[in-house]
Amino acid sequence: MFDVSIKVPGGDKITIPHFPIDMIASNERAKSFTTRSIKKDSKMDALLLATSMVDLTTLEGMDTPGKVKQLCGKAINPISPEIQQRMSKYDNFREVPKVAAICVYPSMVPYAAEALAGSGVQLASVATAFPAGQLPLDIKVADVKRAVKFGATEIDMVIDRGAFHCGKYQKVFDEIIKVKEACGDAHLKVILETGELKTYDKVRLASWLAMEAGADFIKTSTGKVSPAATMPVTHVMLQAIADYYDYSGKKIGMKPAGGIKTSKQAIHYLCMVNETLGPDWLTPDLFRFGASSLLNDLLKQVFKQVTGQYYYDDMFSLD
Amino acid sequence: MNLAVLKTVKMYVGGAFIRSESGATAPFYKKGTKEEIARVCVASRKDFRNAVVAAKAGEKSWSTKTAYNRSQILYRMAEMSQGKQDELVNLLKDTMGMTPAAALKEVTAAIDTFVYYAGWCDKYQQVLGAVNPVAAPYHNFTSPEHMGVIVHIDSNSFSLAKLVDNICAILVGGNSVVSIVSPECSPVVTTLGEIFETSDLPPSVVNLLSGDYKSILSIISEHMEVKGISFQNEDKAEYYELRSKSVDNMKRIIPNKLDTRQSLDLVLDFVEQKTVWHPIGY
Repeated sequence: MFDVSIKVPGGDKITIPHFPIDMIASNERAKSFTTRSIKKDSKMDALLLATSMVDLTTLEGMDTPGKVKQLCGKAINPISPEIQQRMSKYDNFREVPKVAAICVYPSMVPYAAEALAGSGVQLASVATAFPAGQLPLDIKVADVKRAVKFGATEIDMVIDRGAFHCGKYQKVFDEIIKVKEACGDAHLKVILETGELKTYDKVRLASWLAMEAGADFIKTSTGKVSPAATMPVTHVMLQAIADYYDYSGKKIGMKPAGGIKTSKQAIHYLCMVNETLGPDWLTPDLFRFGASSLLNDLLKQVFKQVTGQYYYDDMFSLD
Repeated sequence: MNLAVLKTVKMYVGGAFIRSESGATAPFYKKGTKEEIARVCVASRKDFRNAVVAAKAGEKSWSTKTAYNRSQILYRMAEMSQGKQDELVNLLKDTMGMTPAAALKEVTAAIDTFVYYAGWCDKYQQVLGAVNPVAAPYHNFTSPEHMGVIVHIDSNSFSLAKLVDNICAILVGGNSVVSIVSPECSPVVTTLGEIFETSDLPPSVVNLLSGDYKSILSIISEHMEVKGISFQNEDKAEYYELRSKSVDNMKRIIPNKLDTRQSLDLVLDFVEQKTVWHPIGY
């Protein structure tokens, strides 16, 4: 394998390491995280932590301002007062936290910003011609600037996978730099779309490229391509984050997105983060779940932990 | 040479044949002997929970099929079980110690039961529904509709035909079933699962668990996704426990009807009557 040489702004060159990843071992290692037994108090801690890490997402062609507002309401108060009251009668009741962020398309940002004002829930907007990323750079940058202007505090950008597969790593790198500039104070999450990168070697290379270019978070997928987030691919990215921290001292966040639907899966991911990066990363500032239906399952399991009862699937709002 | 292989009787959940997630099994002895002839899976609380999640998905695909198609599928079950007639007869002989004649009678009755309920799928609504006379310019219709996920707790006195009877009666209305088959009947679970699996029944509509329902009785009664329970046992204390713990969602709990076979009454047990007022146009 050949390391990749990249020119950074200012003219200096840096090296992006590119080396083979043992696929079999990665898969085995990722699988091993699913065998932890998390019960009782630890389970409750994990469920509430996972809830606070959810980027509640709606990225559909038929999103409406009404739907986005309703989702924002759910982000701020994940459970209804009636259910809260029911649970509060039990000794082991604990407050259910707000989710970390709402994730919407740029056109929905103004509505979400209004609905989330003062709540402390972050507003993430996908941008840069999500999900394909196949538009000229000036339009991508304008897309980002507009989203930030209307109130997005986090930007989820996609890399140009076409360029990446052609070996135009410099182009991918430069785009991330430009988008990072356009973000201003907003946090930047870089979506690698690992389902299209095909191999773990490429995932590792893209992760490092994104981190060197200034990503605050690296994110697996758009959710529009299958496979989306898997445990092995997330593990490769987490390991890249760990190595990058040793190398540069910077803590980069991780966001697996797409396909994480159950509390059980979420707890497996938390175990993986804890054992790969350590407890410092077990915070919404450094780890997120990009999900929509996961939240309801988390809430259902919280309800079960508190009351001992399995409740209706649609006890919580349908989104 | 006839090689006797010790079998593990797997459960049928979500269209797949599974072991208990807890790994628990129990020996099954040939009736009246100490000869272990199979290991049966013992369902845990989580197996039950997973089965209800599956049944909830199955309810959607089953209740939205046309009544005629549901009939066809139940009839197909009769066809498939006839294909497995010898296997079932041998199973009853070997595991229950039934005589060949008694086993054949039992299996024949089970096949007949499939046919009986196949006939009802597209007819019960006409028979159980009604056009009601009202003193106003309205048409007033009552028609039975499916309830949702129904848990069937099997009788401890073994009967294959009765097991089939109870499950089919619940299916006719468009409900999905989680059946907890008593340890005495559990060897038939896999074969019965194979019949359901090969009869075009959507996966997850029928879910068969084996093992002891007593340890999860309160979980069953408190589970809010369960809309009804067919409790085919004599135990009054357990029946009242089920009733008292299921008040949260007012589950319909039908106590045992040991002598009722092939009856529309059993279909009526798990349907909701819905009444619609429709203005008469002039």
